[in-house]
Amino acid sequence: MPLNAIELAKLFHDKNPGITPGHRMCPGCAAPNVVKFALMTAIAKGYHPVVGLATGCLEVSTTIFPYTAWNVPYIHNAFENVAATISGVETAFRAAKKRGEIPPDKKLAFFAFAGDGGTYDIGLQSLSGAVERGHKFIYIVYDNEGYMNTGNQRSGATPPGSDTTTAPVGKQIPGKLQLKKNIVEIMAAHENVYVATVAISEPIDFMKKIEKALEFDGPAFIAAHSACVRFWRVNDDKAVESARLAVETLYWPLYEVERGVYRVTKKITNPKPVEEYIRSQGRFRPLLSRPDAKEIIEELQQYVTSRYERLLALEEITKDKPLRGPWAKEDFQTDEHAM
Amino acid sequence: MPAKQALTGAEAIAYAMKQINPDVVAAYPITPQTPVVEYFAKYVADGVVDTEMIPVESEHSAMSACVGAAAAGARAFTATAAVGLALMHEIVYIAASLRLPIVMAVANRALSGPINIHCDHSDAMAERDSGWIQLWAENVQEAYDFTVMAYRIGEHPDVRLPVMINFDGFIISHGVEVLETLDDDVVKSFVGKPIKMYSLLDTEHPVTYGPLDLYDYYFEHKRQQIEAMKHVPKVFKQVAEEFEKISGRKYDLVEEYMTDDAEYIMIALGSTAGTIKHTIKELRAEGKKVGLVKPWVFRPFPKFELQRILNGRKGVIVLDRSASFGAEAPLYEAVKSALYEVAVRPQLGSYVYGLGGRDITPAHIRQAFEDAFKGYLIADEERYLGLRE
Amino acid sequence: MPELKGWKELPIGGLIVEPGNAKQYKTGTWRVLRPVYQPENCIHCMQCWLYCPDQAIVVEIVDGKPKMRGYNYYYCKGCGLCANVCPKSTDPKTKQPAPEEKRAIVMRPETDFAEE
Repeated sequence: MPLNAIELAKLFHDKNPGITPGHRMCPGCAAPNVVKFALMTAIAKGYHPVVGLATGCLEVSTTIFPYTAWNVPYIHNAFENVAATISGVETAFRAAKKRGEIPPDKKLAFFAFAGDGGTYDIGLQSLSGAVERGHKFIYIVYDNEGYMNTGNQRSGATPPGSDTTTAPVGKQIPGKLQLKKNIVEIMAAHENVYVATVAISEPIDFMKKIEKALEFDGPAFIAAHSACVRFWRVNDDKAVESARLAVETLYWPLYEVERGVYRVTKKITNPKPVEEYIRSQGRFRPLLSRPDAKEIIEELQQYVTSRYERLLALEEITKDKPLRGPWAKEDFQTDEHAM
Repeated sequence: MPAKQALTGAEAIAYAMKQINPDVVAAYPITPQTPVVEYFAKYVADGVVDTEMIPVESEHSAMSACVGAAAAGARAFTATAAVGLALMHEIVYIAASLRLPIVMAVANRALSGPINIHCDHSDAMAERDSGWIQLWAENVQEAYDFTVMAYRIGEHPDVRLPVMINFDGFIISHGVEVLETLDDDVVKSFVGKPIKMYSLLDTEHPVTYGPLDLYDYYFEHKRQQIEAMKHVPKVFKQVAEEFEKISGRKYDLVEEYMTDDAEYIMIALGSTAGTIKHTIKELRAEGKKVGLVKPWVFRPFPKFELQRILNGRKGVIVLDRSASFGAEAPLYEAVKSALYEVAVRPQLGSYVYGLGGRDITPAHIRQAFEDAFKGYLIADEERYLGLRE
Repeated sequence: MPELKGWKELPIGGLIVEPGNAKQYKTGTWRVLRPVYQPENCIHCMQCWLYCPDQAIVVEIVDGKPKMRGYNYYYCKGCGLCANVCPKSTDPKTKQPAPEEKRAIVMRPETDFAEE
């Protein structure tokens, strides 16, 4: 079981869990908490985290030379290749273990963090390849629904109607027209993978999933709701509130898919209307002043409702029916073969 | 005992890598490099090596995974060609700037477009300023030898740079030649254990690779890379000297062929040097004082060696297997620049040849030498061998 | 800023070999609002500690239990997330914002503390 805030505070009150203060993320940004929750879980479970980052806010703000806000091994390579990069690190670890250069009981946990741009868009191929190959790593996307590091451009994760600089709400076009790409399902389709959505408003659920990911015999993909207070145009103190509202409106359903088996980890019986989520954020304000706002919100509402119903149905029909078994591991762990 | 074997260049490189037994190989198929990783994959599958192989989904990920592996202290290897190398481009620079001694074999092939699978040097030339050491093999033997030597050069604490072994696509990669291979244990002890620095697996000493490096420090880091390249000639010579002891084969920054009394010298990279040597023999039989200089190392550029050799000659002909659109061809440009500083500048001529795998024949080489004999070399004129007007 | 080093003094490759040295970097100067701790109302639930993006909550272990001990203003950027997640910020009956004197954390303009 994951630890609660009191227990975590006992463990970590006098040490920094991988990431340290002195980083230069915006005040109130959700991403440092996404990192903290993940790495605290790993460290509490006896793992040494090794971290890879894709180019993005988190990367630039935590490692401005000559300062690093990481007290664990860290590598940033480029924007689109954090999964391939960490797959190289993880492979080097297996090679070193096989050759007896590392004690066999030493537990390293390989994390890759990337924003939605580095995941949904430019890094998708690298991510898909690394997950298909079955590397033991945990990929966490802090999804703030746009290219926020470069100043709020549209990504494949941007919701419809959100005002971005490359799909602005104009006189004719109501901002982004497309729904978010469903990255969770794309990753779940890799089958031999543990996939989950998390939100910082649900820390126990969050850390439970990290724990599962750590113990899972293969790659894991975690999608974290991660408010960008700056470009979502909300107050600095709203990251947790907006995550909570996202969960309560079903905008961000909390579920997991383990080798094809779906489980909705937080059932919402009386969801709030998604409009409440939309109205709480300034990035939708230009949309709200348009005559077609109602239609766009209605479309999103229908999508969100039917997606949740579908998830519940999938939970029902996939129960005890994993697509693949742990035998898939045998294909990969060459170090177990006699040399 | 050294053994004579008949191998293709691709097989010879894979064979050398088998003897080195690197920690991690990450690669993606591309003609004409593919057989390198095919042969190596077979060694892995048969348990001849205990290397971990990453069959990545692109060359971009091949180089990215090599960066991750090398940063984790592993000896990492990859191989590619042409557009595969171009796809890696971004990470090729990053590998060098993170100072990771990765080794990469490049079966030199023309860059698109239109797409072409045959030999020229446009792929490697596009990376000449990336910060990689570039070695250029003339034949299968040299491709094998350079592979054995590469980690020793790149991993040296004064260097810490990645090494690119260039071997002409198809001509060397697929051509079977007899070469002399070394014993496994000889290679093993020559290559030794990797010199690990700043490993990501050392959780007791966590390091940060690849920070955001702005105007206050980036320049200093680039200066360090410039300095590292300056150390390469010394380290290369040391490694070559040791290599000579185990193999009897002597390497230097450049190979000189019949240059002692030569009035006219041709300069070329890679397999074409074989054709040039053949032609030089013919011309020598006709009483012409001709010779060849073949850079074994193109990056760092062997400027001082070329100045020493070329000073005072009558004519120097530079052959380039790639064009630089809107500027002089890359090898020619570098040679010409080097000759600015010599006391007695020779006549100088630029010849581009063999793009997209176009054959180069002794007749073409003779044609260029004939121009030189006539005093008809014009420094500002690019000429083409084997091209239809 | 530390003294700028020359290229001969730096580790190669842009590496940073001193883990977590960003702790030297003061982010407290960014603050526009300052969280003020009112210990008499605190229930030491550690929500503020859990959520502080800048690890600026000072915690002490007393009799095996973590106790909130105020702020490390060297790092606190004043985002107010601590006050937002603090259960004492809400009146349990009305579910409305609690009166200031009942809260454990109150956000005040940094300008109020200009002399410090």
